[in-house]
Amino acid sequence: MVTLKINGQESSVEAPEQMPLLWVLRDLIGLTGTKFGCGIGQCGACTVHLDGNPVRSCLLPVGAVGNRAITTVEGVGATPAGAKIQKAWLDLEVIQCGYCQSGQIMSATALLNATPQPTDADINAAMSGNICRCGTYVRIREAIKHASKAQP
Amino acid sequence: MNAEVIDQLLDPARRTAIKGVAAVSGVLLFGFHIPTVRAGQKATGSPPLQFEPNAFIRMDQLGTVKLIMPQTEMGQGVYTSIAMILAEELDVSLDQVQVEAAPPNEKLYANPAFGIQATGNSNSIRAFWMPLRKAGASARAILIAAAAKKWNVDPAVCQADRGEVVHAPTGRRIAYRLLVGSTGGIAPPREPALKSVDAFKLIGQPLKRLDTPDKTNGKATYGIDMMLPNMKFATVAACPVFGGAVGTVDQGAALIVFGVRQVIVLDDFVAVVADNMWAAKEGLDALRIAWQPGPNAKIDTREVWRQTRAASERDGVVAKAVGNASQALSQGGDRFDADYELPFLAHATMEPLNCTVEVKQDSCEVWVGTQVISRAQAIAAQVTGLPREKVIAHNLLMGGGFGRRLEVDHIEKAVRVAQKVNGPVKVVWTREEDIQHDIYRPVYLDKLSARLKDGKIVGWRHRITGSSVMARWFPPGFQKGIDIDAVDSAIDVPYDIPNLQIEYVRNEPPAVPTGFWRGVGPNNNVFAVESFVDELAKKAGQDPVAFRRAHLDKTPRLKAALDLVASKSDWGKPIPARFGGRTGRGVEVQVAFASYIATVAEVEVDKNGEVRVTRVVLAIDTGIVVNPDTVIAQMQGGLIFGITAALYGEITIENGRVQQSNFHDYRMLRMDQTPDIQIHIIKSAESPGGIGETGTTAAPPALRNAIFAATGIALRRLPIDRDVLAGRKPSLAHT
Repeated sequence: MVTLKINGQESSVEAPEQMPLLWVLRDLIGLTGTKFGCGIGQCGACTVHLDGNPVRSCLLPVGAVGNRAITTVEGVGATPAGAKIQKAWLDLEVIQCGYCQSGQIMSATALLNATPQPTDADINAAMSGNICRCGTYVRIREAIKHASKAQP
Repeated sequence: MNAEVIDQLLDPARRTAIKGVAAVSGVLLFGFHIPTVRAGQKATGSPPLQFEPNAFIRMDQLGTVKLIMPQTEMGQGVYTSIAMILAEELDVSLDQVQVEAAPPNEKLYANPAFGIQATGNSNSIRAFWMPLRKAGASARAILIAAAAKKWNVDPAVCQADRGEVVHAPTGRRIAYRLLVGSTGGIAPPREPALKSVDAFKLIGQPLKRLDTPDKTNGKATYGIDMMLPNMKFATVAACPVFGGAVGTVDQGAALIVFGVRQVIVLDDFVAVVADNMWAAKEGLDALRIAWQPGPNAKIDTREVWRQTRAASERDGVVAKAVGNASQALSQGGDRFDADYELPFLAHATMEPLNCTVEVKQDSCEVWVGTQVISRAQAIAAQVTGLPREKVIAHNLLMGGGFGRRLEVDHIEKAVRVAQKVNGPVKVVWTREEDIQHDIYRPVYLDKLSARLKDGKIVGWRHRITGSSVMARWFPPGFQKGIDIDAVDSAIDVPYDIPNLQIEYVRNEPPAVPTGFWRGVGPNNNVFAVESFVDELAKKAGQDPVAFRRAHLDKTPRLKAALDLVASKSDWGKPIPARFGGRTGRGVEVQVAFASYIATVAEVEVDKNGEVRVTRVVLAIDTGIVVNPDTVIAQMQGGLIFGITAALYGEITIENGRVQQSNFHDYRMLRMDQTPDIQIHIIKSAESPGGIGETGTTAAPPALRNAIFAATGIALRRLPIDRDVLAGRKPSLAHT
């Protein structure tokens, strides 16, 4: 039995320690906002936060989470930076198919928390691990800058 | 493709067989009427006292306006643009409507461009523009008539306004919802009066998309997110060699994996069923499978190209001839020939293939994100032997389509798995299986020949060699040896050329299945034509923009786009190097999917042959624009899709197997390589064109021509060859 703190709530699940957090979230807990894209940490669709830091949940064994707080796209809107990013994503109509955007929003929120006024180089560094096949990168960049100027 | 061309390609017998073939705004249109829902023929489950004037609109007395989407949403924004068209003529605002995916029903929801329910070829708006305007206008007329009857006034003095009918002389208003119960017995007008373009309130506005809010917070349900009570999870492995089979399977180690329930061994693939995807994957990895590779185990990329090149030496079937190309080309002088080659490509949608199915004794239910919902239903019926009406197929959001979800191979496999499972099962492909068992964009070889006289092209021959996707996917599109998609944007080359001949050689690659890929036929042809024209310009000693411009008198919309992009892109001005490399600007023009586009790309090539695309400027005339923000988004994204293919895209085969498997070896463009992109929309009153695939066809030639300008190296193959650009390998070109 593993006990996890997800979006401020505790959940206990029957999962082998080596089971990646991605599948615990999606298949055992039913939080399907976090997406499966590659399974090898190459695309970033599965990005969640552990104590506010972005991690690839497809590679993270659930047993390694410990008591760190997990935030997923379902809960990130409750944080000031997450809410700003989600709003900016809609203000600038970033999204196309949307499948990668959970991961993009989680990476962008972590960036904004760490670097409230990111430069283009900061955005490149923080966001280049997230693939978008629809090619929304131009708008993601603009939306991060837009969010960085937004009042809380 | 234009009407004349379609007409020329279809043989007379077929023309008669396909009733009412007409081409409007560049799409093949089959006979279409506004389908009405007859009593007892409910397209969707609906409470009583609904107003259902046609298959696309449902209104109830609570004020709900439900719009049924005949085309499917895969990111291209079609739920919003189709809703805008219906809402415009119905005269409701967009915040009053809900959208719902159409169920499988060819009679009600077939795409007029195909005659089947399909979302592809960038034709949703072109094909449905008039039918949906008429559907909306017809419903509006009925509501106005109902109000006029209620008030006992002349309907001619009533009008609609944002969900209400207004009696102009008195200013009386009544909400549509209060008219829902009074529409019975009012016949729809034979020819509903459409709004004039200058009366549009929604069309032309950059309205917010209807599907995006739920895509920011995890609420949107894609196919892969389907969850059902007692659902099992499965993942699959097919024989890695194309056409191979399963030999023997040692299941022992898999069955002891925690959570694994069942191993299913079928002729051509194996599935592991478990309590969750992770257990299924662990179980699959634990299986020891001996495959029977079959006859294709020796096929490799070299063999594919050997066969393709040999086929390209044959005379092709003539798809279009003007003047006398052979004579014009044989008169000596400045004759020029070049071959262009394009690789196999995988689709790599961000959402891996998946399908959820429950097979019961006498029914079957399927949940899937698909571009072809009626084919999804049909394949499930075929596999189970059930009548089609016993198969309920639900269409969910797609995490990208790009043509991959025009196929139903994964649905067929999922149903076969579900037949062996008690209860519902969600079958999810790993990324590796998704890449290695795709239905690939075919390889193409384009042989081009031209002769120049006084700086103008006087003779032109273009022979396209490649697979016919149409022959398999849509046989009416393959006629008299010609695949109408494979020659699209070649037979209608936009330049004024007095003598031209376009030929097609059908050549199916050994073993490798081929399908549509974003950009379809124009992808290949625009690249070849625009690369060749750039080389001709150089041979003529002319500037690439000026050379193209001199051949565009008969295509003024394209000429205007070219002029605009030249001015907006600083054409002719130097580009300072940012990374110490060689810089260049390349141009391309295209008429594809009934849109007129001119593009300029800027690149910088470093000494290692690495290419950075630094800026792309694009001008588009796509006729009347429904949602300009969606057009811009599609151009931005389409360009990046095309840049990705040009820089990295290639699937290679060795020993009958695909060598790439995931994003580490099938690379995608990322944020740090994304250029500055500027899109300029040209105002136009022409019928709407297609947009979803146009950026993808535009990027590769513009980028390739920019490399040509920067380095003088004329690349003739994609993806770009960094060894050639670094001088480590000789160029194929002899310029």
